[in-house]
Amino acid sequence: MDGFIELDGVEKVFDVRRKAGFLRRERHRVRAVDGISFSVPRGGMVGYIGPNGAGKSTTIKMLTGILTPSGGRLRVAGIDPSRERTKLAHRIGVVFGQRTTLWWDLPLRDSYGLVRRMYRIPDGRYRANLDRCVELLDLGELLDVPVRQLSLGQRMRGDIAAALLHDPEVLYLDEPTIGLDVVSKAKVRQFLREINAERGTTVLLTTHDLTDIEQLCKRVMVIDHGRLVYDGGLSGLHATGGGERTLVVDLERELPPIEDAPGARTVKVAGPRQWLTFPADHSAAPIVAAVAERYPLVDLSIREPDIEDVIAKMYAERGV
Amino acid sequence: MADRFPVAAGLRGYALVVAMWVRSTMAYRASFAMTTIGNFAASGLDFVAILLMFSHIDALGGFSLAEVALLYGATSCSLGLADLTLGSMDRIGRRVRDGTFDTLLVRPVPVLAQVAADRFALRRLGRIGQGALVLGWGVAHVDVAWTLPKGLFTVVMVVSGAAIFASVFIAGAAFQFWATEAAEVQNSFTYGGSTLLQYPPTVFATELVRGVTFVVPLAFVNWLPALRLLGRDNPLGLPGWVDFCGPFVALLMLTGAGLLWRVGLRSYRSTGS
Ligand SMILES: Nc1ncnc2c1ncn2[C@@H]1O[C@H](COP(=O)(O)OP(=O)(O)OP(=O)(O)O)[C@@H](O)[C@H]1O
Ligand SMILES: [Mg+2]
Repeated sequence: MDGFIELDGVEKVFDVRRKAGFLRRERHRVRAVDGISFSVPRGGMVGYIGPNGAGKSTTIKMLTGILTPSGGRLRVAGIDPSRERTKLAHRIGVVFGQRTTLWWDLPLRDSYGLVRRMYRIPDGRYRANLDRCVELLDLGELLDVPVRQLSLGQRMRGDIAAALLHDPEVLYLDEPTIGLDVVSKAKVRQFLREINAERGTTVLLTTHDLTDIEQLCKRVMVIDHGRLVYDGGLSGLHATGGGERTLVVDLERELPPIEDAPGARTVKVAGPRQWLTFPADHSAAPIVAAVAERYPLVDLSIREPDIEDVIAKMYAERGV
Repeated sequence: MADRFPVAAGLRGYALVVAMWVRSTMAYRASFAMTTIGNFAASGLDFVAILLMFSHIDALGGFSLAEVALLYGATSCSLGLADLTLGSMDRIGRRVRDGTFDTLLVRPVPVLAQVAADRFALRRLGRIGQGALVLGWGVAHVDVAWTLPKGLFTVVMVVSGAAIFASVFIAGAAFQFWATEAAEVQNSFTYGGSTLLQYPPTVFATELVRGVTFVVPLAFVNWLPALRLLGRDNPLGLPGWVDFCGPFVALLMLTGAGLLWRVGLRSYRSTGS
């Protein structure tokens, strides 16, 4: 295999002790990651999604060296993360949406200065990278504010900038858009797209906002109960998840539900408007042709399956 | 480069973080002055108590005021140095509990250095300052014919003492990987231990002195070397060479604490969120 990020049967088992009465403790094992294999090429931009507790954060923690895998093989840029954590640190950037990697009591500017020295970033590069982040993430007015006074969205942008000052080859983002408003989300997405396109930074991101995935990632991996249940393109996810497309037709007048369109089913009628669904991997052409031939058609549109529905269905089928 | 030498990388990282905290402290000079004076005064209260005692008595356990001042100054300086360099390490328990420890692990600097330098508090110079004053006064007034070797011995005593306290700070921090509340125990050994060492060993029960010599060897911080300086007998009747073992004990304890830290770090398992 020649991926930049390589996982081969990676596992993480947590031994959890629970109080079970006075002094007695119960031990049990949580298989947070249960034999995951995938490979991400250099420059890839991959979404890593799954329901709560699926094992996404645990995977990222192993990829950064925070946690040591209980089994399997793991390489990032040829480095075993938990063994050579500090060496790997120079080559990766990490953003935890849930907590900051910045210094709570310091202004952003001081945090960045410390990052510069820690990573030994050459002056020119530092200045160029910082200027760019400040411009694209709109940090100008925030540089002298202590991190603890920043709002969640402001802090997140500050964190993303901090993770990129040293030109990492890989960027891990664990829920980078959590709690952001629409404008901030758009900014962050645009920024990530540019970093990925211009620098060739490999990006792996987890999120519960599927719009992130739709707008950023051609490839998506779905994890559930510590296992990879899907790895492929977004469109394939539709087919796998049994997604359906919807044909919305406006007729000249109110008519009984259309029943003779091949492969389609009418699911809703409201006045002259009717909704017909059909499998996402079928062509719409024969259905449209049939309807246009037999009914007084005024207008029509086709709706792609809603990815959130697809995912929800997928999770539900697996009994989450 | 330096990353091939963990110690060098650690010291460099430590210096970077410390420099940043010092810069940010110095941005508020008035507040720095106030808190340092506060630290000076608070840690000096112990000596005021000793002074009050000596206004009623001439000797404590057979020790004169100047001799007690020497003991007091030595341990205060040692603890002050350790406290200044590593005193914020006891925050690590909280970091382990709330998961923010994760964020230290993704940076290219050894974690021990980051934890040690975290929130470096320059105001702790206050404790060192008052310890040094009392030590100086004690040195000037004890009945010792000072020579260069004796002076050097005193310096070595303070530095080894600081290293011994430092190892307790590190060991205390390491235990917090398993018991996030371990800071209390560590504090009782460092701050509590130092309070004990401010008084002559002769005022305590032999069992206690024995414990402080063999179990948690704090006696090497100041008791044993200072008794030698003052030309007094070892309270446990140990052979004379033991009084010179401070640096070795310090080295041993630092090594042990370092190993404990590594084991603790390896057992770190982050949190679920
Ligand atoms: N440090 C830990 N100790 C014990 N159990 C843990 C630990 N970290 C995670 N777990 C467990 O492992 C499983 C996976 O957790 P993880 O944080 O990886 O989920 P996630 O996919 O990131 O979920 P979310 O979407 O809620 O962030 C959960 O069942 C969790 O309880
Ligand atoms: Mg998570």
